[in-house]
Amino acid sequence: MKTVSNFLKGFLDGLPIGIGYLSVSFAFGIMAVGSGLSPLEALLISMTNLTSAGQLAAVPIIASGGSFVELAMTQLIINSRYALMSVALSQKLDKKVKLWHRFLIAFGNTDEIFAVSMGKKGSVGKTYFFGLMLSPWLGWSLGTILGALAGSALPDIITSSLNIAIYAMLISIFVPKAKNHLPTALCVITAVAISCAFNFLPFLAEFSSQYGGFVIIICAVVSSAVFAVLFPVKEEEGKADEC
Amino acid sequence: MNVRAEVLIYIIVMALVTYLVRMLPMVLIREKIKNRFIISFLYYVPYAVLSAMVIPTIFFASGSLVSAIVGFLVATLLSLFGRGLVTVASLSCVSVFLTELLLKYLG
Repeated sequence: MKTVSNFLKGFLDGLPIGIGYLSVSFAFGIMAVGSGLSPLEALLISMTNLTSAGQLAAVPIIASGGSFVELAMTQLIINSRYALMSVALSQKLDKKVKLWHRFLIAFGNTDEIFAVSMGKKGSVGKTYFFGLMLSPWLGWSLGTILGALAGSALPDIITSSLNIAIYAMLISIFVPKAKNHLPTALCVITAVAISCAFNFLPFLAEFSSQYGGFVIIICAVVSSAVFAVLFPVKEEEGKADEC
Repeated sequence: MNVRAEVLIYIIVMALVTYLVRMLPMVLIREKIKNRFIISFLYYVPYAVLSAMVIPTIFFASGSLVSAIVGFLVATLLSLFGRGLVTVASLSCVSVFLTELLLKYLG
C-alpha cells in the first residue's frame, strides 16, 4: 500500500512537469521535422534522451551529417550539468535505494525532475522517483510525435511563439529559488552577467560562437564556486537556509 | 515513417553520452559528501547553468526581439508570483504570439 501511495504521490508531483513537457517537446517535434528528420526519428530521440537543451543542439548536427565526435562532445558539454545534478540527487536518495535502481533513476534526472526532488523534504525513495519521472517521460515523447506530425500544418507565427516555451520552462525553475534565497539570486545574476559578456563582448563572442557549450560550463562553474565560498549552504542535504 | 540507419547511429551515440553523464556520478558517488564547499557548489550549479542558458539566448528565440522580451518578462513575473511550470510556459507562449500578431498588424 505504501509503495502504491509513494508512486502516486510522485506521479501527481510529476504531472505538471509532464504537461509542461508536452508543450515544449511539441516545439521540438516541429523543429526536428523542419530540419529534415522523420517523425519517428524525432520520437526516438526524445524517448531515449529526455534532454531539452541537448536535443535542440543535436538536431542541426544530425541533419547536416556532422561527425559522431562533434555530436558526442556537444552532448557531453551541454548535458554536463546533469552530472552535477546527479551527484546532488545521489546525496538526496534514500539509503535503501539499490545500485540497479540508480541505473534507472539516473535516466530520469532532468532539470525539472531534479528541482522537484531536491525541493522535497527529507530523502527521496525509488518508488516516489519512478512515479515522478513517468508523466514527464510520456509527455516529452507524446509532445514530440504530435509536434512532428502536426508541425508542418501550423503557420510560422505559432511555431515561433512555441519556441519560447522551453526557456519559459527553465525560468520557472530558477526564478522562484532566486526569489526566496538571496545568495541564489546573486549567483544567478553573476552567471547571467558572465553569459552576457560571452555573447556581447566582441572578443569573447568569437569564442562562444565556436564553443557555445563551454560558455555555459564556465558561467556555472565560476559563479557557483564563488558563491559556494562566499555563501556556503547548510550541511544537511545541501539545502539552502531560507532568508 | 521511417528510421534511417545512419540517423539511428547518431541517436544511439547521443543517448549513450547523455545517459552516461547522468548515470556515472549517481552510481560512483554514493557516499554522503561531507565537504561544505562541494555541497554548496553543487547546490548553486543548477540555478547558474539554467540562468546562463536562458539569458541572453531567449531574446533571440522567437520571431523578434520585442516579442521575446515580452515572453521573458511574462515568464519571469509569473514565476516570481509562484506560478507553476505549465502556467509559466503556456502564458509566455501566448504573450509572444499576441505580441507577434500585434507587430504584424502594426507593421
